[in-house]
Amino acid sequence: MSVLFILIGASITVALGFLIAFIWSVKSGQYDDDYTPAVRMLFDSEPSINKTKEEKITN
Amino acid sequence: MKYTLDTKTVKEKTVCYHCGEPNLEVIAFDDKEFCCDGCKVVYELLKDNNLCTYYSLNNTPGNTKKSAYAGKFNYLDNDEIKSALVGFTDDKQSRITFYIPKMHCSSCIWLLENLHKLNPEIINSTVNFLKKEATITYNFQNIKLSALVEILADIGYEPLINLNDLENKKVAPSNKSRLIKIGIAGFCFGNIMMLSFPEYFTVGKDYDQHDLKVFFGILNVILSLPSFFYSASEFFVSAYKSIKNRYLNIDAPIAISLLVIFIRSIYEIATSTGSGYLDSLTGIVFFMLVGRLFQDKTYETLSFERDYKSYFPLAVTLIKDNKESSVSVSKLKRGDRIIIRNSEIIPVDSILVNESTHIDYSFVTGESKPVKKFKGELIYAGGKQLDGAIQLDTEKEVSQSYLTALWNNDHQSHKQNEESQEFILRINKYFVFTLLAIAVGAFLFWAAMGDSGRGMNALTAVLIIACPCALLLSATFTNGNMLRIFGRNKFYIKNASVIERLNDIDAIVFDKTGTITHGSSVSFVGNELSDEEYRLAISLASNSSHPLSRKICEKNIDDSKLPVTDFTEIKGQGISGLIDNKRVKMGSEYFVSGKKTDTVHASSKVYFSLNDNVFGFFSIDSFYRDGILPIANELKKEYTIKLLSGDNNSEKETLKQIFDSETDMYFNQQPEEKLEFIKSLQDKGHKVIMLGDGLNDAGALMQSNVGIAVSDDTNNFSPSCDAILDGSAFSKLKLFIDFAKSGRKVIIASFIVSLIYNVIGLSFAVQGTLSPIIAAILMPVSSISIVLLTTLSSSLIAKRKGL
Repeated sequence: MSVLFILIGASITVALGFLIAFIWSVKSGQYDDDYTPAVRMLFDSEPSINKTKEEKITN
Repeated sequence: MKYTLDTKTVKEKTVCYHCGEPNLEVIAFDDKEFCCDGCKVVYELLKDNNLCTYYSLNNTPGNTKKSAYAGKFNYLDNDEIKSALVGFTDDKQSRITFYIPKMHCSSCIWLLENLHKLNPEIINSTVNFLKKEATITYNFQNIKLSALVEILADIGYEPLINLNDLENKKVAPSNKSRLIKIGIAGFCFGNIMMLSFPEYFTVGKDYDQHDLKVFFGILNVILSLPSFFYSASEFFVSAYKSIKNRYLNIDAPIAISLLVIFIRSIYEIATSTGSGYLDSLTGIVFFMLVGRLFQDKTYETLSFERDYKSYFPLAVTLIKDNKESSVSVSKLKRGDRIIIRNSEIIPVDSILVNESTHIDYSFVTGESKPVKKFKGELIYAGGKQLDGAIQLDTEKEVSQSYLTALWNNDHQSHKQNEESQEFILRINKYFVFTLLAIAVGAFLFWAAMGDSGRGMNALTAVLIIACPCALLLSATFTNGNMLRIFGRNKFYIKNASVIERLNDIDAIVFDKTGTITHGSSVSFVGNELSDEEYRLAISLASNSSHPLSRKICEKNIDDSKLPVTDFTEIKGQGISGLIDNKRVKMGSEYFVSGKKTDTVHASSKVYFSLNDNVFGFFSIDSFYRDGILPIANELKKEYTIKLLSGDNNSEKETLKQIFDSETDMYFNQQPEEKLEFIKSLQDKGHKVIMLGDGLNDAGALMQSNVGIAVSDDTNNFSPSCDAILDGSAFSKLKLFIDFAKSGRKVIIASFIVSLIYNVIGLSFAVQGTLSPIIAAILMPVSSISIVLLTTLSSSLIAKRKGL
């Protein structure tokens, strides 16, 4: 049965890892705005004038 | 061509490529049609900067650009104002967050996040769409703050900057710490639950598993610490505060219950006499915190706390030693000379230096007719200046002005007292005392039987079961769900206690202008006017300050006016003048034509004649809100209805048809009279809803039991209030009140269910045989079933009512 001690220790460590990840995500502001990022990722990054110039130079 | 100003009946149905407004005057450019030069200029600007994706993301995403005079934003370069606004600065860059109410679609997000393409000195910009905020990082050495704001204004996104921002930086009520608390409580709850499962069954009963039992016990205690001391801290803090103030809030019995559970559990585990109730403890904490998060839904873009400061300009132009400079309004001293430009708000009581001017006080009093003021007269703060630029000598400081003092009155305390009368708190009182009686009774019973150990067990078990978390959960989840349902129907409520207060309402007071009417339409009836004749009418009317003349001129473009000579205005009759040697007359039928044929609604008709040739009349109608008639009919069956208006009584007859002839109507009401009126109703024992829209209703809204601001654009300013009702949802008012009332029934029903759970638990508790397993089953089952019951039943009721 002593293997239980190790297993429980391991499971709580994993759970702690997720808790820390959650706290980190809250503190970094991921829950502040749950709308704009979803819209933002749909914008195509269009070739700007500057970029096309750069491409010409590299070519 | 028939000329009408009502945009709905414009013949050409083309709309502006930029803003989607119908084109009254088509400006073609680049194969596209625009409604005005402003829109065209924005389009050109975006096209030059390769930003036309703006138009491909959404159709007609733009905002009509309001013309701003040069230097409008110069005050932003004032160091004091700047440092109050800018959030973060290092030696090269500054970061600033603007509130931009015009933000409305994904194109707006796209354009505002691509500002760096418009000006290379803007490093980046990030939008928070829900808060309608844009955070902009820029090189402050190369671009001034005023220039930055001008760029935003140029593309139609003028940020809103007001005195409130300056005086106390908005401290956003952060959800972060609550989320972390819930995360930790959930983590503790889940793990303790997992570790407790073996306990429920066999583990620990055999001698060789004793080590395991101790290990689980210690782990459970360690895991419960963060939940008890960190996550649950807000319950202890608020319980302490309430006991200190000598009243019982809902958190007090919860805190006592949590404390008893914790101490008894630690005791049991330390003495190996049991396994404690830590699983129930952490579970309660977790569910209650989730309930609070759910209930505290906030509408981030709406503000319920605005006061006069939100309406006033941030800075004015001060004249000192013949030099003009921008100065923050709060720095104005008595005797300063300031310049107020056309359609700016006068921020402080002051004396007019110019010969005369017209002041529009509709903003503060509701009276639509502008007031003419002469040199040396005192002008109260809050009026809108209508004639060019005027100079004023200030009389007082901003905070001491007549009207600001009125709004500063402390009506708020009145409502806070009332909150302690919330329904759930009234139940709570009886609940707590009954349970204390049962707990003590059980203890005395067992002590009399000679088993005081069991008596102690029973006492603590009753307190554990007695935790009124089910009561709290039923209220928080019902109210939270109702807030959401109201919000979906465009009725935005400040917080849950407003729903509670809606229950007791028996009187409703309406404001007129802007509340039951919105806007007006002008159309011409009679011989059609040519463009030229129409221009003559506008030119003449623009010389008069009569409300009807103003309405006729309202939607007209300024540059088409012609000079008028020999202008005369006869009060109550009309105006006449010479334009290009043509005699133009406008006014009542008698004044224009010398006949009197028409007596119905004469007050809203302006006849027009050219060289004594009568063409017809302009008909000016107030729009009453859709559905006002049925809603008024329904409401007057159950509630006392009153009408207050700051305006004159010209529409009394129409209003009588809408309400009925017995409805009390009061006209020409000053803001403080409205406030006093509400107060007198309350003194008679009425619970009053006040529906209003403007700053003139602010005092009455605050004084009323539930102040509802009616607004056609909820992002616009609305005065301080308890709830904001979108104009389009006005006809649902009765439904909303009914729904709030059925919410209380849901709370009572779920409370009865939770009482049944409590009775089952108590029957174990008083016998001193409440095992952790029963507690652990009862607690989550009761919580979850109550959450389901309240949310499902309130949603069902909403569906049946058609919300």
